Amino acid sequence: MASKIKVKVKLKGDVAEVKSLMMHPMETGSRKDPDNGATIPAHHITQLTFTNNDKPVMVIDCSTAVSRDPFFSFNFTGAKAGDTFVVDWVDNKGETDRTELVLE
Amino acid sequence: MRPGRRLFLKGVLALAALAAIPRALLAMAWPANAFGAIAASDAMTEIYGTDQSTPSDAITLGAPEIAENGAVVPISIETTLADVQSIGVIVDKNPRPLAVFFEIFPGTQANVACRIKMSETSPVRAIVKTPGGLFSTEKEVKVTIGGCGG
Repeated sequence: MASKIKVKVKLKGDVAEVKSLMMHPMETGSRKDPDNGATIPAHHITQLTFTNNDKPVMVIDCSTAVSRDPFFSFNFTGAKAGDTFVVDWVDNKGETDRTELVLE
Repeated sequence: MRPGRRLFLKGVLALAALAAIPRALLAMAWPANAFGAIAASDAMTEIYGTDQSTPSDAITLGAPEIAENGAVVPISIETTLADVQSIGVIVDKNPRPLAVFFEIFPGTQANVACRIKMSETSPVRAIVKTPGGLFSTEKEVKVTIGGCGG
């Protein structure tokens, strides 16, 4: 399946500005199905990892209080054109998604 | 030697081996206990070992004064503190106060942004961990419609 992670990395000198958007329902586990009143089980990303040339630059641990389709931005230094930037996440059901891009 | 003691020694050795792996290569395991805590002080103690932090002007917490939709509250945290190791976000009145936890690696700048859910009007606290201890700042965010769907 194609990755549903959208990520943009803008290089400004050796600073990389990362903006990323995941597609995920981020169910809290306290919401009820409006049709039958059944509780919708929690389903949320637990951990996101961002690496640049296999070196971790950011790890984000999420609770259910992160909004649906999570957005994260941050900056890191030491990046250059040609570096391989990878974003991946795992959720509480063990599902994963991963995307990779070459910085330019 | 009694088996209990042998087991204990093995545990100590295993811990020592873990500690020897450079921090940058090993992300923390997802802190389930801290995220599961119902009281903000328990969440802090689970993740930091203490619920005390020093208020600091060097941390800027960007959050709306009034959030009309609690399901999507944009926040940003920036700090001029040096050697930041992590940034945690605590929403005191959420059912589970610890919202998100950023593990910052050397070379990564301590400015992050994301969107969180808030169930009701609450103080939002940013906790910044450095080798010099825990620093924090907080801001009250008024929520018009709660975003936890309870």
